[in-house]
Amino acid sequence: MIHYILKRLTSLLITLIVATIVIFLIIEVVPGDPAAYMMGLSGSTEAADALRVELGLDKGALERYFSWIGGMLSGDFGISYTYRVPVSQLIGERTLVSVPLTVYALILSTLIAIPVGVISASRRGSVVDTILMGVAQIGVAIPNFWFAILMVLVFSTSLGWFSAVGFPGWEAGFWVSIKALTIPAFSLALPQAAILARVMRSSVLEVMQEDYIRTARAKGLSQRQALIRHGLRNAMIPVLTILGLQFSFLLAGGIIIESIFSLPGLGRLVFQSIAQRDLIVVKSIVTLLVMAVVMITFIVDLLYALVDPRLREGGRG
Amino acid sequence: MRHLSLSFIIGGVLTFIFTFIAILSFFWTPYDVEAINISGKFAVPGLDHIMGTDHFGRDIFSMVMVGTRNAIAVSLVAVGIGMILGVPLGLWAAGSRMNGGSLIDEILMRGNDLVFAFPSLLMAIMITAVFGPGAINAIIAIGIFNIPVFARMSRGGALSLWTRDYIMAARVAGKGMMRISYEHILPNILNILIVQATIQFSIAIIAEASLSYVGLGTQPPNPSLGRMLNEAQTMIFFAPWLAWFPGGVIVAMVLGLNLMGDGLRDMLDPKLKKRKAGDVTA
Repeated sequence: MIHYILKRLTSLLITLIVATIVIFLIIEVVPGDPAAYMMGLSGSTEAADALRVELGLDKGALERYFSWIGGMLSGDFGISYTYRVPVSQLIGERTLVSVPLTVYALILSTLIAIPVGVISASRRGSVVDTILMGVAQIGVAIPNFWFAILMVLVFSTSLGWFSAVGFPGWEAGFWVSIKALTIPAFSLALPQAAILARVMRSSVLEVMQEDYIRTARAKGLSQRQALIRHGLRNAMIPVLTILGLQFSFLLAGGIIIESIFSLPGLGRLVFQSIAQRDLIVVKSIVTLLVMAVVMITFIVDLLYALVDPRLREGGRG
Repeated sequence: MRHLSLSFIIGGVLTFIFTFIAILSFFWTPYDVEAINISGKFAVPGLDHIMGTDHFGRDIFSMVMVGTRNAIAVSLVAVGIGMILGVPLGLWAAGSRMNGGSLIDEILMRGNDLVFAFPSLLMAIMITAVFGPGAINAIIAIGIFNIPVFARMSRGGALSLWTRDYIMAARVAGKGMMRISYEHILPNILNILIVQATIQFSIAIIAEASLSYVGLGTQPPNPSLGRMLNEAQTMIFFAPWLAWFPGGVIVAMVLGLNLMGDGLRDMLDPKLKKRKAGDVTA
């Protein structure tokens, strides 16, 4: 197991290093002169020169890369060009919206998908199965931002249940905030829930073919008991991988959903920064999100190895 | 391929309809998509405009037709890039591994993992933000993320084929790695690649719509389904049809492709059939 963790840790580090190099190249090297780009057409030459010094662009690319990484490791992401505040502060505030939204959506998606998948699989070929999987098939096809628009239309206009947009802030109270995040989280979760339900169904079907289920049945357990006692745990293994993947989808998908519902999260910040050509903020957010995704994948891999010892063996060989 | 599955038929019909609409839009649309007619704005769907008109009086149906064409064009090229670069990479990785060059395989696959680690939508947004919005950059951004999908799939398929007797025979006959990959491996993994291409196509359509929705895809005045939805958003309370139709078309198109992919997989994968047959007795 230790060998496996070390091996995965090494590849995690390599991935992170290469990822930061790629982001650095795309943002700072490829566009030519970031200072001129950030100033836009209206900027004067002197202002661009001043910005160049501020960004450290007068130094070599290698030096800039290492000072960027060094800064990030000590929590210093630089100063936002538009807001004139430390990027870490900007991001910190927004994270308190984006992360809860993602986690909320992940919980919703799991709560919807797992029962649907299990019910569908245990009644394979029935009307219930056909309907559930038909709905899932449509759910997969719905772009979440369109679904979000429809949700706003239905819930805030026609029914008037929820406020359409905006976020009161956590200081306004936990439940008020959770309520404001509900429709966005649901819009974000639905297409992912549809995918997850399909995976869960085929995973359960797969497990039901296993010998140990047959043994459990022979022992006198009903199909349902056999599934619950022996099947579900094993059926969850592929679902775990998908959950890890979904986290990154939800995190990135949240960017668009946040803009629709005017939630003050990382997504809105990214688009504002793109519009204002604030490359420092864009770079930091992208890096943080990529790091989050890589870490989650790493954790999922470890959990996977815990649940399925065969993978550990494979890691040794 | 003896039995056409129901999902393949439904998916195929939907896909055919949208392909037809896309091709037709080259020659004919009911109205000019760029023709502005302020006096005819916000017309409800009816006989003159079957999907209504928008805030500029433009015909939604015509815009949806051209938007469909743009979505298909972007997705087709993006998935094409993924296949043309990804499949040879995967074949190369598998071939190297089976011929003593596991280092190449290792490097290629780690590179693959790296691209997978990036949230694709986020990276596409970053790429189009830095290099400028537009259809071409959207194609490149979506295409890049299709490369590892096809690379991984062809590598997996190829690895299992390399141990077969007929490959051994080809090696004994003196054929090189490249030639075996091209002549014997590729034709045998074509099935799974086609199924995957269908699925990737549908993912690309949603990706294109998302990028256009945030203003980074196809640029005005060229219509795009994603941007139509963005514009509809502020007017949805009094003109909801502006959101119904472009969104509905995206869903129908993606649904069609997914159903077709699922159906194809069922038809092409004999293992699945056996499992189904075995299931009856269980």
